[in-house]
Amino acid sequence: MDCSESLMLQATSRRALLLGGASFAAWAYLPKFARAADGRDPRFVTIILRGALDGLATVAPIGDPDYAGLHGAIALKADGPNAAVMLDPFFGLHPAMPEFSRMYRAKQAAVVHAVATSYRDRSHFDGQDVLESGFPGPGRVQSGWLNRALEALPKGERVTSALAVGPTTPLVLRGAAPTVGWAPTALPQAADDTAMRLLDLYQHRDPTLASALTQGLQLEKQAQGNEIKPQPGGGGVAAMRLVARGAAKLMAADDGPRIGALAFDGWDTHANEGGPVGRLAQLLGGLDGALAEFQSGLGARWRDTVIVVATEFGRTARINGTEGTDHGTGTIALLAGGAVNGGRMITDWPGLKPANLYQARDLAPTTDLRAVIKGVLHDQFGLGERVLADAVFPDSAPVKPMKGLVA
Amino acid sequence: MARDSQAALIALNRFGFGARGGAAGDFINAASDPRGFVLTELARPNGALLEVPGLLSTPELGKQVFDYQFEIQQARNAAKVAQQGASETPAQGSDAKQPQRRNLSLSTAAKEIAGKDPAMQPQPADNANAAMTPSATMQPPTMQTVAGPPKPPAQPLNIIQKTFRAEALARLQRGVVADCGFVERLVVFWSNHFCISANKGALARMWAGSFEREAIRPHVLGHFSDMLKTVEQHPAMLFFLDNQQSLGPESRAGINRNRGLNENLAREIMELHTLGVGGGYTQDDVTSLARVITGWTFAGRRGQLGAPGSFVFNANAHQPGPQQVLGKTYAQAGLAQGEAVLSDIARHPSTAKFIATKFARHFVADDPPPALVAKLQDTFTKTDGDLRALATALIQSNEAWQAPLTKMRSPYEFLLASGRLLARNPEDPGRYLNGLNLLGQPLWSPAGPNGFPDTAAAWAAPEGIKLRLDISAQLGSQLADRFDPRDLLELIAADAASVETRRSIERAESRQQALALLLMSPEFQRR
Repeated sequence: MDCSESLMLQATSRRALLLGGASFAAWAYLPKFARAADGRDPRFVTIILRGALDGLATVAPIGDPDYAGLHGAIALKADGPNAAVMLDPFFGLHPAMPEFSRMYRAKQAAVVHAVATSYRDRSHFDGQDVLESGFPGPGRVQSGWLNRALEALPKGERVTSALAVGPTTPLVLRGAAPTVGWAPTALPQAADDTAMRLLDLYQHRDPTLASALTQGLQLEKQAQGNEIKPQPGGGGVAAMRLVARGAAKLMAADDGPRIGALAFDGWDTHANEGGPVGRLAQLLGGLDGALAEFQSGLGARWRDTVIVVATEFGRTARINGTEGTDHGTGTIALLAGGAVNGGRMITDWPGLKPANLYQARDLAPTTDLRAVIKGVLHDQFGLGERVLADAVFPDSAPVKPMKGLVA
Repeated sequence: MARDSQAALIALNRFGFGARGGAAGDFINAASDPRGFVLTELARPNGALLEVPGLLSTPELGKQVFDYQFEIQQARNAAKVAQQGASETPAQGSDAKQPQRRNLSLSTAAKEIAGKDPAMQPQPADNANAAMTPSATMQPPTMQTVAGPPKPPAQPLNIIQKTFRAEALARLQRGVVADCGFVERLVVFWSNHFCISANKGALARMWAGSFEREAIRPHVLGHFSDMLKTVEQHPAMLFFLDNQQSLGPESRAGINRNRGLNENLAREIMELHTLGVGGGYTQDDVTSLARVITGWTFAGRRGQLGAPGSFVFNANAHQPGPQQVLGKTYAQAGLAQGEAVLSDIARHPSTAKFIATKFARHFVADDPPPALVAKLQDTFTKTDGDLRALATALIQSNEAWQAPLTKMRSPYEFLLASGRLLARNPEDPGRYLNGLNLLGQPLWSPAGPNGFPDTAAAWAAPEGIKLRLDISAQLGSQLADRFDPRDLLELIAADAASVETRRSIERAESRQQALALLLMSPEFQRR
């Protein structure tokens, strides 16, 4: 009776893995730049870490006299087994991120610390809304800052190849500018003729579904030939790498997408976060691997690439009663890519003295994440300050684009 | 025509799981009395309960997991001893492995020890290294030497997988045989509202079904305050949101063990279960509630606090003294303090508004008619959170029948509706579970404590539609021989079917193609 089971069984353990914690989507057009002069062909990727990354555990202020006491058993140390990799005399990088460390030394990566969006409460879902929508506060916004940035770019050719993993586009890339998505599947495909007949029916009866199906069909076709076969059993950590590998492969193509977004889930480390090894370390290893996949997959295009890694907010400076951290405020943003003016810690460090903590519990934010992203979008794509302050990040005129992030 | 076909479509699709195939006559019955067709299910005493032989209680299931884990721990210890005997250079390997111990799911631990666990569901943050090894898809590299044969035959399911599948099967079967399915839709709604995720670990996977049977179903037609209390005291929820680890900083256990609060459950109670974001609570309220519910835990394997796997109040872990939540001081001692807070929060005006809005959004429209939300909120308040009254008010309203069918069936609703129409009462849940994974709604395993999305846009994404088409095409190619798709269209929509849908089906090049088109038609996908 259930004869489809065996067919679907194969497909699903793979897909489930990808749906389990990582996704990618991209702009459907190649931006048209007047940059033939310097031969640059810029790429931009944003990676959203959902669940709130513990910035103090990832890039640890080991030189801050209060850090070790606050982060307690999970604090990173400058020496001993699994020591942090010191980025400068004050900050140490988590040992699970050797690739990022290498990029940093090669001046292709930078860290912005004590950063936050404009959101100051502690709900993941509102915090993600603010992070991804680019609006100053939460609300039922249906478009993201990256999508609105795309609208301001000169639209070139439609991309012939793009991918997204997961059945939905992340909010950061949702909006009026068309995006594309794709996910690998081992299910047998419906016949073209059936698909065309259904499309005809939708066009008469349900334009929304017609549009969705059109895109779904197109992407499946474009993605064929891409041998992105996830291995079962890896969970979210492996998915990060696999999604990044696929994304990099398509973004490296001359006719591939230039601008994309990924979302990785699973950073909400309330209990047993782990220090140099453990749960967070595994996740960071996945992220590190994803960055490495971008570098190797983009090949020569790496030199024109900027990747911005951001999260909705940070976590408490002091560990909680279960060797984890609760929802906080200030955290980090990571920049990686050949175009990054890297090898730098970018921070106006607020200190971790009780009086300096935000609401006496969180790393106080001293840098607005929007300044970072604005700076990158300005340098990378020439977006003007006005557009950035009105359309991309509405009502953000006082937040000036950070200068000099792109080499 | 006296019968109201459009209302029948709404009764079956918006409020139920769709028309059944065969001679059930669901559409005709729904058309003759649409409201009555839906409401009849509410009148059945205990109609929401799921009592199936072989499904065990949470403590019984907990004991099985504890025993299983204990067995694995024993095997792990034995393996470690053997390894130490065999290897002179254990330093690096053991160093890297040891700190992961606390977070390993049982399935991973089982994989590591015996390689006896085929991939079940995605596990967050489990076992990154193993996944990158093509030849050892199911087993970490370290196990290859122990496991021996390069391609071991399919392993028997472990107790956790068996239980999960049995629970899933019972739920699916109930959904397939229900007349309208309104009560089952209510169960799914509330289960998603108070979701846990089976991916949290072995206990969560083991308890996902019993949680729904014990904490959700008995109260789906009862009172919200009772459901809230049962949910927050259920071991599955306490485990999912870490409350069993939260200790009052000044409690005896907190002082002795130098550990303290974990505010995860307290926050989600306020943000997701009751008041909603912007519902008038502060960080201080969250922290206070976290203190109030310290000691809410479940008994472990050795049963020092009670029957293993049962809810217990551990006075040793409870933060002593009065607490202030939402401006009110709660001076009660022990368990009563938290129960008093929950009882008040359940009746808070923000809760009524949050629940009414979410309920209307689920059934009627992403942006539900304000008049309907107001009506539901009023009912919730006046009846002290009577959920049968809430459901009745929804069905009795005009708004719920007048709003156009703009929502999409979720993957669960889509697969179940297909199963009902094609008369496939499942004997094995595998096909459904796999389909749910594929379409992004793995059973009892949402990505976060806010549950699966509930908007049309979430389920009408390009990739999702294409996958539904592939699944429909497969069902068509395998099952169409038994049906005349034109008859099936009569069963699901009759006069409510559009001319275009009817024509597409009639003109299809094959029955197979016609069935795929029927399953993908707006009449089958929209609700």
